[in-house]
Amino acid sequence: MAQDTTPSSQLRVLTPDGRPSDEQPKWRKDFPIDTAQDNYVARRDFTKFMVLISGSFVAGQAWIALKTLGGKHTGIGPRAIARVGDIAIGQAATFVYPDEHDVCLLVRAGEEEFLAYSNKCSHLSCPVTPDVNSGRLVCPCHHGSFDLATGRPLAGPPRRPLARIVLEVRDGTIYATGVEERTV
Amino acid sequence: MSVPGHLNFYIDPARCIGCQACVQACTECDTHKGISMIHLETVDRAHSTQTIPVVCMHCDSPTCAEVCPADAIKRTPDGVVQSARKPRCIACNNCVLACPFGVPKMKVEFELMMKCDMCYDRSSVGLKPMCASVCPSQALFFGTREEIEAARPQSAPIDRFQFGNQTITTKVKMMGPRSVAGARPEHLDVTAALDPNPPGRSISLGVLNGSR
Repeated sequence: MAQDTTPSSQLRVLTPDGRPSDEQPKWRKDFPIDTAQDNYVARRDFTKFMVLISGSFVAGQAWIALKTLGGKHTGIGPRAIARVGDIAIGQAATFVYPDEHDVCLLVRAGEEEFLAYSNKCSHLSCPVTPDVNSGRLVCPCHHGSFDLATGRPLAGPPRRPLARIVLEVRDGTIYATGVEERTV
Repeated sequence: MSVPGHLNFYIDPARCIGCQACVQACTECDTHKGISMIHLETVDRAHSTQTIPVVCMHCDSPTCAEVCPADAIKRTPDGVVQSARKPRCIACNNCVLACPFGVPKMKVEFELMMKCDMCYDRSSVGLKPMCASVCPSQALFFGTREEIEAARPQSAPIDRFQFGNQTITTKVKMMGPRSVAGARPEHLDVTAALDPNPPGRSISLGVLNGSR
């Protein structure tokens, strides 16, 4: 659209009290009525915004880096989770490892075969339920299912396997010794 | 796109026949489809059939925008005061109460103030607003100053209105009698006209009093 048809200088900018615009209070400049002034971003404001945002990104990256460099699974040690005799073949029990919020599932699939996985579905963290007879762990939320023997996804939305808990059986006691996080 | 500078909106209340065509046409406007933004007001229902179409006057210092606490009402460079911006409007009703012409409408169901935007989708490309395109008596006229002066030699456009101590200059012009005591009307003293016996400071709203 040609500028000469509607030059913005043609627009009469009147203030309610009739005084010129430089005598107006600051709030009137902060809340302009015209779109051009409303959309105007000063270079200084833009630079300030950009520096603050990118600075916070850098700070966030540094924080993640420090967190990763620091304590790496230091708190995880072996922990007794159950006695062998407590669980019958084909039964399952829950335990928490390594934290009290990380609920895990211990399944006795055979006489000597113990399997433990994180109870959180890798899709949206719903608790999975064991179905030992069909050899699956089933998530009821979106009908995802995992292979009981490996923890890998078989059907449904989950793409990543469940975290596997490394177990050790000593003197009739089952110990959890580590968490094996897997991406594929 | 912006409204061409040579095109103006003229309201001639004396020519209004109250046919409601503008009200119906307004609902057809694409910027506020289905909702009429025009107010067709009766003047003195008991004694007169006179009606006045009220569209947004698009003030040079829009009171609605001045009072908006959410910074939602903005004016485009062509002087058209647009409807409240949906992401900003907080449906506080300030503009509805503040507008001296009573133009903004609060749409509670949308939590949004909506007002006449001179059919911005049409007028910004040089078309007439919906109401002006249908008005059979051309009480609502959209065109050049030369056209209106040729068509209404007895009337003169007024764009200054006095509301108490506030003088309002508008983009939309109101047609008034050309000469009262030999002088062209400079402005319309609205609060004085509300007085049953208006003082002779300026022209009285003779057309509205039916004394013409």
